[in-house]
Amino acid sequence: MNSIFGRGPSLQFRLILAVISAILLAYLDRNFAYIAQVRGFLNTAVSPIYYVANLPEQMLTEAGDMLKTRRTLRSENAQLRQQAHLDSAQLQLFDQLQRENTRLRALLGSQVQQDARKVVTEVIAVESDPYRFRVLIDKGSKDGTYIGQPVLDDNGVVGQVDEVGYSTSRVLLIADLSHALPIRISRNDTRSIATGIGKIDSLSLQHVPHSADIQVGDLAVTSGLGGRFPEGYPVARVTHADFDESLPFAEISLQPISALDRLRYLLLIWPSEDHVTDPDEQQEAAQ
Amino acid sequence: MKMRFWLGLTLFVALISAIMPVPEWIEAFRPDWLLLVLAYWAIALPNRVNVGSAWTCGLVLDVLQGAVLGANALALSVVVYVLALHFQKIRNFSVWQQAIIVALLSIMVKVLGYWMSYLAYDIQFDEQQLWGALINFLLWPWLFYLMRRYRRHFKIR
Repeated sequence: MNSIFGRGPSLQFRLILAVISAILLAYLDRNFAYIAQVRGFLNTAVSPIYYVANLPEQMLTEAGDMLKTRRTLRSENAQLRQQAHLDSAQLQLFDQLQRENTRLRALLGSQVQQDARKVVTEVIAVESDPYRFRVLIDKGSKDGTYIGQPVLDDNGVVGQVDEVGYSTSRVLLIADLSHALPIRISRNDTRSIATGIGKIDSLSLQHVPHSADIQVGDLAVTSGLGGRFPEGYPVARVTHADFDESLPFAEISLQPISALDRLRYLLLIWPSEDHVTDPDEQQEAAQ
Repeated sequence: MKMRFWLGLTLFVALISAIMPVPEWIEAFRPDWLLLVLAYWAIALPNRVNVGSAWTCGLVLDVLQGAVLGANALALSVVVYVLALHFQKIRNFSVWQQAIIVALLSIMVKVLGYWMSYLAYDIQFDEQQLWGALINFLLWPWLFYLMRRYRRHFKIR
């Protein structure tokens, strides 16, 4: 009966070898940082598979675009034009406010925030591993992405870069179990840390005292205290606040502002190297 | 040589189906394509596809999914070992009996994969995943006949 495996080692031996090497790999993956480079290399090696896997969806999207009627396109165009007008009107105001803000900050002698470089990137795969919330994007080390880089979309914070390959990177979403993000409540500047709980549409605040002033509907924005994310980007909205005295801490859950299960285009940002400049210099510049 | 190509192609397609983007709510119901295809080959041609190929495919899937390296490699090689060891018995079962075995083994794959991931991250088992086993059960007969036709057409032995 065993004659079919005449060549090579026996089935049992192969199994033992496979189990030992898999456990060894998992151990290395967990405990040694340099394996991140190996993963980056492996990711680059398998990236063609992602492109093939993405083809059907891309073709469907393109077919959908082609089937759009002239009328829908025109109305869409008109709508976008209107939006652009509104946005540019808003921008004029914003520009003035920004200058005013710079001047005021300079007067106060506090640090001035600088603009960050931004690049649009596309999600090419969502991880099907049920225990992790990560997405693969089409920018990698050749575009200058780095581990820990903040990633946003048009609504708010999405996550940060976790693994970098040559032409692709993985973004760890804020809803992932291993992710935590320093935030503040925009209404009253209460500081806290929003951690992922392994549900795509939910975050929770850790160790919030019962006396904290947090209400349902409050907006949480990045506080910039972790040093990774620039300050002031919207993160999530409070959906549930339970100040039950029988529990050690208040239970606050939030819903991320960006729809993490429907990500398509993302923004990679490079907070400029010295993203705070000398206030005196700015004061001179303002004068 | 040619046979190897046709055999490898099925595994490649299975890998692609395993990572193809689908809406979030279907994610839990995604069949384990790689497991199904490997299971078929392990029963049909255990001398060609067994622990080694399962381990390699599992590792590629780990990299593609971003799971802990070795999680799927371990789970798939254990399951394929069981199938390759009893291939003569399983071949003589009816196709629905085979489907039950495949469903049970796919639960095993999920549990083993969970254990391996648990070594790395503090996670909780997601019961929703067990729906995948039901889908595998329903899908097996069709896949079995399809793969048999494929194998006979390309005379893979």
